[in-house]
Amino acid sequence: MGFLRQVWVVTMKDLRAEIRTKEAINASLAFSIVILLLFSFAFDPTDETMRGLSGGLLWIVFAFAGTLMLNRSFARELPNDCLDALVAAPIPTSALFLGKCLANYVLVLAVELVSLPVFGIFYNVHWARQIPELLLVLMLGSWALTVIGTIFSALTVNIKLREVMLPMLTYPILIPALMSAMQLTTALVGGTPINSDTIDSLKMLVGFDVIFTAVSLVLVETVLVG
Amino acid sequence: MSAVAVEDVWKFYGDYPALRDVRLEAAPGSCLALIGRNGAGKTTLLRIIAGFSKAQRGKIKIHGADPRETETRRQLGFLGHGIAVYDELSALENLTLYGKLYNLKDPHQSALEWLERTGLERVRNGLVREFSRGMRQRLAVARAFLHEPSVLLLDEPFTALDDRAIAVLQRLLREALAAGKTIVMSTHQLREALELATHVALLSRGQLAYHGACTPEMVADPGYIYARYGEA
Repeated sequence: MGFLRQVWVVTMKDLRAEIRTKEAINASLAFSIVILLLFSFAFDPTDETMRGLSGGLLWIVFAFAGTLMLNRSFARELPNDCLDALVAAPIPTSALFLGKCLANYVLVLAVELVSLPVFGIFYNVHWARQIPELLLVLMLGSWALTVIGTIFSALTVNIKLREVMLPMLTYPILIPALMSAMQLTTALVGGTPINSDTIDSLKMLVGFDVIFTAVSLVLVETVLVG
Repeated sequence: MSAVAVEDVWKFYGDYPALRDVRLEAAPGSCLALIGRNGAGKTTLLRIIAGFSKAQRGKIKIHGADPRETETRRQLGFLGHGIAVYDELSALENLTLYGKLYNLKDPHQSALEWLERTGLERVRNGLVREFSRGMRQRLAVARAFLHEPSVLLLDEPFTALDDRAIAVLQRLLREALAAGKTIVMSTHQLREALELATHVALLSRGQLAYHGACTPEMVADPGYIYARYGEA
């Protein structure tokens, strides 16, 4: 079986399990909508203020909601010792990791795509003025969140306080990616396309994704087997 | 060449040596019963043999190769304390998933065959979370045997099994032995294990206290091996 097929099998298994239970996506979606609602009471939702805050606010919500989802990624394998069976299967652990990343990525993106219109309604912001570029930033930023979250989900899977440990480990490493995504999102929601002022942030986001995906793929065997 | 070779293996949990210089082997077609008191290191040793954990010192060889090699993993079947199937998936989906991961020719057909062999064909589309404990255990047995492994690693396989699941497992283990497959099983249920075992290894506080053939005295009196070689 080819590497990509192995990745696909793991991805579909995780998505099918999540669609059946909906435990992570429901929690993540509800959390993001509640946070957006609460912040809408805290700020005066005028156009100008909200355009300035949009990137930071959205990515904080995405990061918090994302870790709720990512916490379940490897924890899902624990109840019946399924992780042992996956590690024992004759597939590279990198295929297992990428399969889980892709499933998480789809779920994280789904939550973000629902949250964006909700953000637009609660804060009276026309967020869709640069939609292709905004989607690109969402995809790059979400991949950064997913890769880091998934590898740390594997690392913390046997820790009792993993729900606390995952954000504590994930957020500091994500800072460069989050800052870039926040800056780009603020500009794009404000209607400014990616230009010479923001292109470095885009490069940073791409570089972050490439480097941390490669590092995670190399380290995952050690993380899972020791 | 041994089917399973454990060469001078040490494993530490912190400063505590869970396994101390363990050396044993299982020939192809043999059944090695790994016995010992709670905490003797049986599960630790089986997990190292299966490649789930690494020894700090020493080596494991499965048919002469490292257990983490892809081809070696294809030859290993592991039945541990957990059933290793997903509650949110049906019995058929679970076995088909493992069939795909093991790259079987027709995962769906293999899954159907093993559901029939373990008496689960009527509930094949039922979600595992709705299964009784006995049904879950039979599904776990089907999962471990699905890819026809040449080496079976079983961690206390008879514990908490119902009568039907014990009968299914014993039949499958006898068939596996007859087909020349190798079995390494840790167990506290000496009577069931020694009926199948060709060899016995007794672990005591992480050290090998006995490793040799399963003798008629052991089969006649399961307490014999502890009295003769074990701790007082």
